[in-house]
Amino acid sequence: MAEQLVQIDNKPPSGEWRDPKVEFRKGVFCYSAQPKNVTYLGMANPRQWQPFDADWKLPSDWKEIILEGLKDRLKKYRSFRLFMDICVRCGACADKCHFYLGSGDPKNMPVMRAELLRSVYVRYFTASGRLFGAGRELTEDVIKEWFYYFYQCTECRRCSVFCPYGIDTAEITMIGRELLNLIGCNINWILEPAANCFRTGNHLGIQPHAFKDSLEFAADELEEITGIRVELPINRKGAEILFVMPSADYFATPHYFTLLGYMTLFHEIGLDFTYSAFASEGGNFGLFTSHEMTKRLNAKIYEEARRLGVKWILGGECGHMWRVLNQYMDTMNGPADFLEEPVSPITGTRFENARSTRMVHICEFTADLLYNDKIKLAPKRNDDLAVTFHDSCNPSRAMGLLEEPRYILRRACNRFYEMPENTIREQTFCCGSGSGLGTDENLEMRLRGGFPRANAVKYVKEKHGVNLLACICAIDKATLPTLMDYWVPGVQVAGVHELLGNALVMTGEKERTTNLRGEPLPAEVTHA
Amino acid sequence: MSVVFAAAGPVTLLGFALEGQEATAGQILLWVAVPYAALTIFLAGFCYRVARWAWSPVPFRIPTTCGQQKSLPWIRPASLENPSTGTGALARMTLEILLFRSLFRNNRAELHNGQHVFGESKLLWLGALAFHWALLVIVLRHLRLLVQPVPAFVAVLARWDSFFQIGIPTLYVSDVVVVCAGLYLLLRRWHDPLVRYLSQFADYFVLFLLLGIAGSGILMRYGTRVDLVSVKRLALGLATFHPVIPDGLSAVLLIHLMLVCTLAVYFPFSKLMHMGGVFLSPTRNLANNNRRTRHINPWNYAVKTHTYAEWEGEFREKIKAAGIPLDEAESGGTTSTD
Repeated sequence: MAEQLVQIDNKPPSGEWRDPKVEFRKGVFCYSAQPKNVTYLGMANPRQWQPFDADWKLPSDWKEIILEGLKDRLKKYRSFRLFMDICVRCGACADKCHFYLGSGDPKNMPVMRAELLRSVYVRYFTASGRLFGAGRELTEDVIKEWFYYFYQCTECRRCSVFCPYGIDTAEITMIGRELLNLIGCNINWILEPAANCFRTGNHLGIQPHAFKDSLEFAADELEEITGIRVELPINRKGAEILFVMPSADYFATPHYFTLLGYMTLFHEIGLDFTYSAFASEGGNFGLFTSHEMTKRLNAKIYEEARRLGVKWILGGECGHMWRVLNQYMDTMNGPADFLEEPVSPITGTRFENARSTRMVHICEFTADLLYNDKIKLAPKRNDDLAVTFHDSCNPSRAMGLLEEPRYILRRACNRFYEMPENTIREQTFCCGSGSGLGTDENLEMRLRGGFPRANAVKYVKEKHGVNLLACICAIDKATLPTLMDYWVPGVQVAGVHELLGNALVMTGEKERTTNLRGEPLPAEVTHA
Repeated sequence: MSVVFAAAGPVTLLGFALEGQEATAGQILLWVAVPYAALTIFLAGFCYRVARWAWSPVPFRIPTTCGQQKSLPWIRPASLENPSTGTGALARMTLEILLFRSLFRNNRAELHNGQHVFGESKLLWLGALAFHWALLVIVLRHLRLLVQPVPAFVAVLARWDSFFQIGIPTLYVSDVVVVCAGLYLLLRRWHDPLVRYLSQFADYFVLFLLLGIAGSGILMRYGTRVDLVSVKRLALGLATFHPVIPDGLSAVLLIHLMLVCTLAVYFPFSKLMHMGGVFLSPTRNLANNNRRTRHINPWNYAVKTHTYAEWEGEFREKIKAAGIPLDEAESGGTTSTD
């Protein structure tokens, strides 16, 4: 099957892009949102339907709703109006999108994805459209086309790096999805986590007792490996720091081993912190729904920090979570004047860059510890791993968190190799499953979208024998293993703090014979 | 907009001084009324479009970060690619606007034997940069027709531009560059199948228009040898709002002028507005200091959230059974402090 998919056809596109007809073929789209989730979130038009149905059961005034919504957003977002107006179609973005590179579908070129919406904007909101009929008429087929292509964009912002005007397709896709949500065209893989998150505090719908069970189970495992029992403060008032992570960290693999990594670290440095069963999710599928939903789901983090009376907040490894925390949280739900400017209790370092939002990325925190030699590492324990680092889209292109994770990896692993420069750092390729598209019914498109990333991993695997792909994103950890199994078998996926936890020498630990996964350590370590 | 258009013509005609010469209504229309009308539409339209962008709020601070953030003091930040200050953002914008920094990153992804290769692809950058700079030089050179005395920098610019001293009149480098680069951009749209797919009528139209303007200008300078004195009288007259229509104006000049007017009128309604828009792009002109300084959204509004009290209310028994501290007293009397 791999051979079939390699036949990626980037032949000259033909046909007329104005024709909106799309085919909802199995494997390349996501199923619709269940009515119960739409209803729970109080969103529009809950109903049973599927994208391959001929009748999408849109509300009778769907066209007015969309045009009114478009008008409203043109007024509210300079980015949106500007990006609708100034594209010159130079084509620099064309081959920068992983979905275009993997699918060869010309409407996956960022410029064309934007044009699907721009053509409607031109028809209804500009002089050339109103007077001379430029652009395209808004029809039900256009709505279906939007749905197809706006849920075939992972909002990774790679195109925006190359655009001479900084036009960001993520902005356009986000607005496009907001519009689709107004008439009830949404996908379950996004709305179910969002509904869960609204109710229980996390995407997976884990209730407080199960949250605690899960952490206890992790502590048990860690005790077996290290001989040390770590503490599990939950909803503890008066702690210095609130720690917020993506829920997958305590309920999915290989995320779980990253959690073990956090636990070893927090115990070793004696951090005064607490987990929260309420703010039990840093991720935010509202980001893939609407700006309003982002704010609704994000609110609990500051609310919980205030309730518990902590000084500041520490955030775990997650990509889109950090997009929200870095670029939206303070604006949406701040000011965080009830918190204090973050200072590392171990090193005394003041995190100036988080002075207002008062939330620090765990990689910033750990890199600072390492720089100040506050923890002891035995990188030999990772010697059976040849590691490369996948920059997650959001920490790289919406934050610039590039060196911190690399610093940790270089200290924790002896064998670290970079992928080719056009595929890392700000030019990193998405896993192909971000922004809520990581569902199994969409597998073919995910594998296609992830192809450029996998291809770069294959390169370092062949060149350096890389067998581990490190990353700092929960969606990566959930979807890269499938991608690797398919395109580059033999490469595992791990969080940066899993590798740190492997290497971390804990005070009073027993002689470790396995890594955090329970796999035997390299022979030279155990027999040294 | 149409009001401005309708008003511009008659107003100009009214203020028109004939200076004792005999000019037909047709001449006045073409040499005077149309240019003024076009200029009015250009200025009004351009300002309107830019003002409309400027008036729309920037609810979120969304720079695209293309380098290391400023975080820990011992990690060197990429102050140009990921600026953390206003000055840095200004420098980043300067690079974007003067040197097309982002376009310089361009590469070409190709599959060779199942391996992606990212080839150098600087031609688009070079072509675009050459085209825009040549256009700027040409526009500035035209100041010698519109301003008297000719500003010193314009004279210097013209001297540099004719550096090679080829032929009489000396060949301007910018003329050659604008035609070559323009043709490259045009041919690229035809030749590259991806770009051909995404190109629209408007994309070709502006290139033809600009090449037409350049071509007719070049023809006048090196071919038909226009009478420069009368051109300058015409131009200076228009520029000083004392229009005159001197003898000896050629048909090529009229074509040149009409094409320029077409461009001016078309400009505010077209993608050419990227000239103003590039300055306002929120992914480029904002500093990445999101967590350092709070960004204000002018239309931020309250939303329905799920509060801690609601959460505790729903899961109270489970929280209690798990031994996780509750906010509400066991008796159920008081509520959450916030």
